[in-house]
Amino acid sequence: MVALMPLGKFLLPANSKVGKGKTFAAPAGATRVKKFHIYRWDPDKDENPRLDTYEIDLDKCGPMVLDALIKIKDEVDSTLTFRRSCREGVCGSCSMNIDGTNTLSCIKAISEVKGDVTIYPLPHMAVVKDLVVDLDHAFAQYEAIEPWLKADTAPPPNGERLQSPEERKKLDGMWECIMCFCCSTSCPSYWWNGQRGYLGPATLMQAHRWVQDSRDEHTGERLEFLEDGMRLFRCHTIMNCTVTCPKNLNPARAIAELKQLMIKRE
Amino acid sequence: MAKRKRPLSPHLHIYKGQISSVVSVMQRITGGGLAVGLGFFVYWLGAAAYGPDAYATAHWFLTTWFGYLCLFGFTVCMYFHLCNGIRHLVWDIGWGFEIHQVNAGGIAVLAATGIFTVITWAVALAKLGVF
Repeated sequence: MVALMPLGKFLLPANSKVGKGKTFAAPAGATRVKKFHIYRWDPDKDENPRLDTYEIDLDKCGPMVLDALIKIKDEVDSTLTFRRSCREGVCGSCSMNIDGTNTLSCIKAISEVKGDVTIYPLPHMAVVKDLVVDLDHAFAQYEAIEPWLKADTAPPPNGERLQSPEERKKLDGMWECIMCFCCSTSCPSYWWNGQRGYLGPATLMQAHRWVQDSRDEHTGERLEFLEDGMRLFRCHTIMNCTVTCPKNLNPARAIAELKQLMIKRE
Repeated sequence: MAKRKRPLSPHLHIYKGQISSVVSVMQRITGGGLAVGLGFFVYWLGAAAYGPDAYATAHWFLTTWFGYLCLFGFTVCMYFHLCNGIRHLVWDIGWGFEIHQVNAGGIAVLAATGIFTVITWAVALAKLGVF
C-alpha cells in the first residue's frame, strides 16, 4: 500500500500564509507600465508575509528582473531586501522564484514574463527577510559531502596532479555549478525530505563531481556516504532540477549516474 | 531580535506546473489508484471462487455506472503507471535526460495511456455488445 502522507505538509503554516500588501502606483507620465508582485516579510514586525505590488515604467528600467528590483530599492522602497552581486549569472546570489520557476533574477529578462511578474523567495525555505532565505542547512549539506580533493598519496614533486583531457572532460557540466540552489528548492522531494537528510540536486551533483574526479582517491568512501535511505535515493527523477537550472546544467543526470555507480559497487 | 518565527516560503501552490512534475505526481496518484483497484480485482476473483451468488453480486456491482467508473479508472492507472514505469527504467539506465527528451517522454506516456485505454474499452464494450 502507498504510505499516506500527512496532508498538512502541502499547506503553509499559519505564520507563513501570504496576505495582500500595498500597491505602489507608477509615476505620472509612465509610458510602459508592468506590475511586479513581490513577496515581503519583515522580521522586525509581528506580521505575516504579504505580496506588495510595484508598478514600474519599463521605459525607465533595465531589461532584467534584477534591474527592476534594484530600481524599486533605489527609487520606491528602500526596505526591499534581496541578495545580489555579479549581475551576470556567475555568483548565484540572486536566485529566487520568478513567474513560478526558480532562476537568477540577473539573467531573467522582464520581457520573458507574460503579464505581471510575481516574485517569491526560493520555495520551501525559512525566510530571513523578503527575498532572502536561510541557506545554512543547504550549505551544511554541501559541506557534508566534503567538496575538496582528498588524496593520500603525495603529489608529484615536480608539480601538480595531472589529468588527461578525457579525465578532465568528465567534470564538464558539473564544475560550472554556482550553488544558487535553484534546483534543490525546485525539487518537491527536497521540500518534503531536505530537512530529513535528502541532500538535494545541487549537493548531489557536486558529490558526483568529486566521485568523477580522477585525482580524488576517496571515491569508495564518497559513495559509501551516499548509501543511505535519505541522502541520495530520495531522488525520484521528478526532473524539476534540470528544467529550472539557470546555468543549463543537468543535476538529474548526475544523480542517475551516481545511482548507477552505487549499484555497480555492490 | 526577530519578533516571530521565520515563515516558510510558498512552495507547491506557487511553483509552475510542468510536464516533468505533473507526470511525476500522476505516477504517485496512479500508484495509489492501482493499490485500490487491486482490492476490487481481488474481490472479483474471490467472489468467483466463492460461488454463483457471490459472483452475481460482484457482477452486479461492477456493471453499475460506479463499477464501470472504477474499472475505467483502474485501466487508466494501469496504463499510465506501466508506461511511465518504463520511462523510469529508461532513466535508470542513464538515458533520456535532455529536457526535450523528458518533455517528449512525458507527452508520449500521456498519449500512450489514452490510446491503450481507448483500445481496451472499445474491445471490452464491443464484447459486451454495447456497439
